[in-house]
Amino acid sequence: MIWRKLVNFVMLGVTALCTLLTVSVLFFILGYLLFHGGRALSWDFFTKLPTPVGESGGGMANAIVGTGKLLLITVLIGVPIGFLGGVYLSEFGGKTFPFFVRYMTDLLNGVPSIVIGIFAYALVVMPMKHFSALAGGVALSIMVIPITIRSTEQFLRAVPDSLREGALALGASQWKTIATVVIPAGMRGILTGTILGVARVAGETAPLLFTAFSNRYWSPGLNQPTASLPVMVYTYAVAPYEDWHRQAWAAGLVLLALMLAANIAARVVISPKGAPSA
Amino acid sequence: MRTSLLALCLIALVASASGQTMLNGAGATFPYPIYSKWFDEFHKLHPDVQINYQAIGSGGGIRQLEAGTVDFGASDQPMNDEQLKKQKTAVLHFPTVAGAVVPTYNVTGVARDLNFTPEALAGIFLGQVKNWNAPEIAKANPGVKLPSAEIVVVHRSDGSGTTFIWTDFLSKTSPEWKSAVGSGTSVNWPAGLGAKGNEGVAGLVKQTPNSLGYVELIYAIQNDMAYGRVRNAAGKFIKADLSSVTAAAAAAKVPDDFRVSITNAEGKDAYPIASFTWLLIPDKIDDAKKKEAIVEMLKWALGPGQKMTAALHYAALPSNVVSKELKAISKIQ
Amino acid sequence: MAAPTAGLAGGAAGWVRALIGRLKTGDAAAHTAAAMFAAIIPVATVLLVTELWNRSALARHKFGFSFFTGQVWDPIAGQFGALPFIYGTVITSLVALLIAVPLGLGAAIFLAEMAPPRISDALTFVIELLAAVPSVIFGLLGIFVLVPFMREVAQPFLMKTLGYLPLFSGPNYGVGVLTASVVLAIMLLPFIVSISREALLAVPRDQREAALAVGSTRWEAVSKVVVPYARLGIISSVFLALARALGETMAVTMVIGNNPKISASLLAPGYSIASVIANEFTEATDDLHLSALIELGLVLFLLTIVFNGLARLMVLATTRRGTAHP
Repeated sequence: MIWRKLVNFVMLGVTALCTLLTVSVLFFILGYLLFHGGRALSWDFFTKLPTPVGESGGGMANAIVGTGKLLLITVLIGVPIGFLGGVYLSEFGGKTFPFFVRYMTDLLNGVPSIVIGIFAYALVVMPMKHFSALAGGVALSIMVIPITIRSTEQFLRAVPDSLREGALALGASQWKTIATVVIPAGMRGILTGTILGVARVAGETAPLLFTAFSNRYWSPGLNQPTASLPVMVYTYAVAPYEDWHRQAWAAGLVLLALMLAANIAARVVISPKGAPSA
Repeated sequence: MRTSLLALCLIALVASASGQTMLNGAGATFPYPIYSKWFDEFHKLHPDVQINYQAIGSGGGIRQLEAGTVDFGASDQPMNDEQLKKQKTAVLHFPTVAGAVVPTYNVTGVARDLNFTPEALAGIFLGQVKNWNAPEIAKANPGVKLPSAEIVVVHRSDGSGTTFIWTDFLSKTSPEWKSAVGSGTSVNWPAGLGAKGNEGVAGLVKQTPNSLGYVELIYAIQNDMAYGRVRNAAGKFIKADLSSVTAAAAAAKVPDDFRVSITNAEGKDAYPIASFTWLLIPDKIDDAKKKEAIVEMLKWALGPGQKMTAALHYAALPSNVVSKELKAISKIQ
Repeated sequence: MAAPTAGLAGGAAGWVRALIGRLKTGDAAAHTAAAMFAAIIPVATVLLVTELWNRSALARHKFGFSFFTGQVWDPIAGQFGALPFIYGTVITSLVALLIAVPLGLGAAIFLAEMAPPRISDALTFVIELLAAVPSVIFGLLGIFVLVPFMREVAQPFLMKTLGYLPLFSGPNYGVGVLTASVVLAIMLLPFIVSISREALLAVPRDQREAALAVGSTRWEAVSKVVVPYARLGIISSVFLALARALGETMAVTMVIGNNPKISASLLAPGYSIASVIANEFTEATDDLHLSALIELGLVLFLLTIVFNGLARLMVLATTRRGTAHP
């Protein structure tokens, strides 16, 4: 009996240790980035362009704007497609087509990001004959669509049928019911899911390597290659220049801060009752 | 309010900067420091021209030029005939500077310059010479206390002109290397770790004790890394610097299309692992503004630009090569 | 002659009138519009697969099955064998799972069974935030923190204690298969913890209570009753994590050493499918080279489909068994 109690006690300790280790990883990452990245953050970092190779100074202003631009394209292209697709799956549709759509969504969700990069290269870069912010945005959109469609469907389905029936009973057509009653009711969860999805693709590097490429300068419009925070972190981290390393830490900190802010905001502020399933 | 903000964003997004000529180039990391300096300076002189150069390796430059996704390429290996055939229009090679590839190392306890024979280098990269105190290295460095640690070999993981220069030299000096591996931008390395770009190799060597890699000279200097002397064809151990690289370049017989290798050059003071690096310009450029910008940039690089090379430890081109090139610029339609 | 046409015309007019009537209410239009947007997804997916298939044709026809058994990746000689990359991808993923699954399962058990609900929720939230950290940041920390640690502390320790095993032989670079596996393991932890915890929580209370009622300790109830009951959910979490690990690009590329050689030692550098695509795609000057890289992409795609599919099947099986699974 004592032996079994001992085992029980020990295993409690072991599992607690596992949890402690797992939790501490996040704090370790955060702390490290805060320490190294915080030291490198400066006004220059946010406002200046990179300097020639080997010279110290300069910043990542164009990368920050570049990431913003890519996310804007993602929100303009990927989110509406995912949203309306989710509306279709939840509110309309019969048997075979929605099943097909769901299966393909799952498939697309599992595609490694580098393969999506290949696809976007073939789809956008090759016909356009140059790297562009648009190509990068398309790649990120393809990645955000499955996430958005799933969370939209999930939160629309969660809206009780009584709301729909009430509206229909009052004489509203189906699309009016959806637009004015169902969607607003599920908006909170949908917003959460969308923010989480966009935040997730914001940190992706691999699909940008051969779509948005990179740029030393500002890239106006959609047709030029653009710098982005994740790609800069990668480029600077593998290089030997100390100054670049410092900037990589700073960029990593900014990126991580954005991710965490989006995640915490989405889960704590908007949807306190529970996050959508991953 | 929100809609007008959105509209403003969309306009800013879609409207390209009026009057700006944007050139996109990609290619070698070998000349990246001097090119990034040049294009920065050129932009200051011509604010309406932006030249965005991305160092993705010589192989990348040639490929993206072929795909048409960049306006010009850059490579340390001249394109061979097969690659030229694949391009849509003829590609002109313009040498810009001459540089050196040096064996850079991070050996605990050794702070001075080591001497390397071609046989030692070939042996190390073939994985046959395994330790720092192996006889091949010790013989060339009498009196130096070498550790018995294993050599961590570092090479390029991407398609690299620097690799071509290095393997070209090894192929010329080691028959075993030539038959086992050969030369090219991307070879089947018998040993070692791969890193991306000159920066990647320098970064890895700097962080890994007892490692040896090959990088363009400026990368070793900018990062305070030790680099060794290499024995040249005349039998002298030469350290790479402006004069030894210039000596190697001066000895070259440059053909009309400018494609030439200057590794293992003759001349008793010539550095044996030196090379020109080329800008790859298509001979037909449709956009008139882009063509003008490229022509101006070339003329500037061959003129005032040559005066900036010394500060970054690249050798300026011999004057007869420069005048030949200025004449060749007229071939760009 | 006029009568049937008139009848047809009348019928057609009636149909059009009805359609316009429906369109006026907007329902059919909304339905069609939404369906069209939803259709973009299957279209995009099919397009993706056909692009991968077509552009890899050159390599597929040239090498056939020997692509998967060839060990030599030599762009100059035109020899492309995928085995080193498949090996690198599989071995890093497996070792990562070997590290992450016990750790993650242990944490999930603690969070589901042993910790009070409020603490459990808070800690789970923190662990799930780890999933939000971008891959390139793991790579950044990998290069500057993990690699020196592996090189100076962990790997010398392994070499001293287990160095006689071929698994831990060879020079100690710091970068290599083991380091990449550790980084991957850290990235997989949140998925394993989160999904296993949900699977454990879904086990009906009476199962636990029955076990406790016959006198088992907490741990015995968990290990002998709850975990086996939830095993399908836990296994699905492992497969999902595996599918993610296979496709992981940036963090692995930055610490794996980028050497396409198969070695028995975990300390040796390796190369994964995603890493070689990331490194060589923009510069594959030769059509065969590009085609071979795309064929690698196709292989990766198929591998992830298989494991994702298996995970989904497990989830389906649990729902059918009556264990509610979100």
